[in-house]
Amino acid sequence: MEESTQVFSVDKLKAAIECMLFVTPQPLAIKQIAEALNLDEATVEKALQELRMDYAEGRGLQILHIAGGYQMCTRPEFVDCITALLKPTRTRMSRAALETVAIIAYRQPITQPEIDAIRGVNSDGVVKTLTERNLITQMGRKDSPGRPILYGTTEEFLNHFGLSDLSRLPELTDVTLPEPDQAVLPMEQPAEAPEK
Amino acid sequence: MAIELIQQSGYTIKLPAFEGPLDLLLHLIRERKVDIYDIPIAEVTEQYISYLSLMESLDLNIAGEFFVMASTLLEIKSRMLLPIPPSEGDNEEGADPRAELIERLLEYERFKNASESLKEFEEERRKVFWRIADDLQNYDAPVMPLNLEAMDLLFALQQMLADVGEGTEEVTSIERQKISLRMKMRQVWGRIKSVPDGIGFRELVDDPKSRIEIVMTFLAILELLRLGKIKARQKKALGEINIQAVKEQ
Repeated sequence: MEESTQVFSVDKLKAAIECMLFVTPQPLAIKQIAEALNLDEATVEKALQELRMDYAEGRGLQILHIAGGYQMCTRPEFVDCITALLKPTRTRMSRAALETVAIIAYRQPITQPEIDAIRGVNSDGVVKTLTERNLITQMGRKDSPGRPILYGTTEEFLNHFGLSDLSRLPELTDVTLPEPDQAVLPMEQPAEAPEK
Repeated sequence: MAIELIQQSGYTIKLPAFEGPLDLLLHLIRERKVDIYDIPIAEVTEQYISYLSLMESLDLNIAGEFFVMASTLLEIKSRMLLPIPPSEGDNEEGADPRAELIERLLEYERFKNASESLKEFEEERRKVFWRIADDLQNYDAPVMPLNLEAMDLLFALQQMLADVGEGTEEVTSIERQKISLRMKMRQVWGRIKSVPDGIGFRELVDDPKSRIEIVMTFLAILELLRLGKIKARQKKALGEINIQAVKEQ
């Protein structure tokens, strides 16, 4: 294509990227843009970051870094306007689904029996629903008896929760862990008095 | 989330909905604000079981896992009553019958907390909208509705009728070809049998009266081959096929 080999000015490149982000519903990777424009990724990245700065304020739209790509979205502060206009129906995930997908996200690749062990209940239905919704996917089989299926999260998972990549998951911590003093003190006494 | 029950007496009872036995147990422990590393197992077990019997009395379906946990709790409780065996070195904690359960509870709680973070992310994401994937058909040239009236349709019909003209009524009758496979087999068999050296396929259909006749001849040959009455040979690819009668034993 001759048109794509032409040299873009920065402004024109930004405008080209803007159009591409506009027409693409899924997050668009730098690589995809660079290939379409026949330019190197660094040039595209630089122009895209400038474009993001242009969108940083005073606009109804923003460019989010989602699932390893970029996506043109509305700004959260205008949610009421959109809801009033379109009355969108967006479902929330159930607690069971959130729990299960959280376990998979942090422990992937993981088998269903391993998920069941952590949750203390059978997760058959939830795993099936999450697979159908393309939030998780099969990632081969574990090399153990029965060769159970291994599950992992998908790009749609990142898209659903608005994460740029898995490293953005909050650290897994014991939020309600008692203060160290409280935890240690009651244990110390019996330890020093073994006749308990 | 809560299960709401309206009993016959008219009372409304609200019960928190639990995802599983670990969830229920964690709730009982956290509600009492006790140290998770030092669970008062007797009390918690009692509460846990009374919760299960409440659910049973309300005819709620209780997953089997809840009962497994009840028996685990009872087992731990009974082991707690036994004297602690002499400690092996410094490892007193290893003797705590609650240890494994505590570890499971903490592990579950970590993911429960993580799932709450995910829920917040989901909430934030729900406030943001992006384009829905287009049906690419939208980019096809649209069919424009023409501004027509009923009379236009009538003219169009008239035009079509005029184009056809008065026409001459032609009756075409199609006769069924009276060639049966059985007939053709007999005919082909007769010809092949009469020539001991065999006969070429082309020769067999040298005077075809119709396409159907060629097809029927071919089918007849296939059928005779299947029955083992004849054999067919071909010296080279795409060459003439020689068909010969099989000598009857």
